[in-house]
Amino acid sequence: MSLQVGILWLCVTALPALAHEEAASGVGTGVVYAVPGGWFEAVMFYVFAGTAVLSAIGVCVSRSVVRMATWLFFALGAISVLYFLLAATFIAAIQLIVYVGGVLILLIFGVMLTSQSPWVRFTPSRLNLAVAGLICVGLLVCLSSILLEADFGAPLSTTPGVTVEAIGRRMLTHYLVPFEIAGVLLMIVMVGAAHLARQEKQ
Amino acid sequence: MLTIGLTHYLIVSAVLFCAGVFTMATKRNAIGILIGVELVLNSANVNLVAFDRYRAGLMDGQIAALFVIVLAAAEAALAVAICMNFYKNLVTVDVDQGDVLRG
Repeated sequence: MSLQVGILWLCVTALPALAHEEAASGVGTGVVYAVPGGWFEAVMFYVFAGTAVLSAIGVCVSRSVVRMATWLFFALGAISVLYFLLAATFIAAIQLIVYVGGVLILLIFGVMLTSQSPWVRFTPSRLNLAVAGLICVGLLVCLSSILLEADFGAPLSTTPGVTVEAIGRRMLTHYLVPFEIAGVLLMIVMVGAAHLARQEKQ
Repeated sequence: MLTIGLTHYLIVSAVLFCAGVFTMATKRNAIGILIGVELVLNSANVNLVAFDRYRAGLMDGQIAALFVIVLAAAEAALAVAICMNFYKNLVTVDVDQGDVLRG
């Protein structure tokens, strides 16, 4: 809870600062939430990207499931701040609501309902750890070298702020079929999960 | 270094992806594997939103990220229900014990 409040406070204080930089540069007249550049964005990025990466590594190395869920909580919160920095305010809010508020609570309920003690541990074998670590470090090195070499072209100078209204319009026109399919899928999942979790009557 | 570009976000996302894959590969608890899946999906979302911000700017990436979030929520709900059933049948969530169907 306190982390969520802290993140929201940071975002509330951060957005006017970003908008102020935008106003100073004099670009755009519509809704512009964020503009890249400046030390403020860099500091925020490094702090929260570091939090996300360290929390993800915490998820990897911790043995108890409850600790993994706690580290995941920090990782998801930091990722939502990264979305704020990417001017995707709606996605960031949805991330906080759905992931931090919904999926994580669901996972913690799952942990509580499926273990005799909340500190249940499963120790993986050393061979397992070594092989998985080797593969993952190799994958990370390959991905990083490719990303550092790749040329993605010149970045966009400014981004028009994506409002919730614009997202809604595009979703109900251009993306109508996926939207409907997602709705049907959610209903199927709801019925299926209720059926799976139902107590069998003797 | 001070100018945050696309590559910064992509590298953060790569680290998250590898952490998620490592978690999926090494944890034997079913819920732990689910946590790894969530990390991987989040890293994909960071990629989508970052490309949308720096390359396209047409909010298509953000809408794709929204769909990924919807699917991840649905997957988590269903997977937790399956874990409950697994636990009800085998009294453990160790995925190595779930070999009832082995021939």
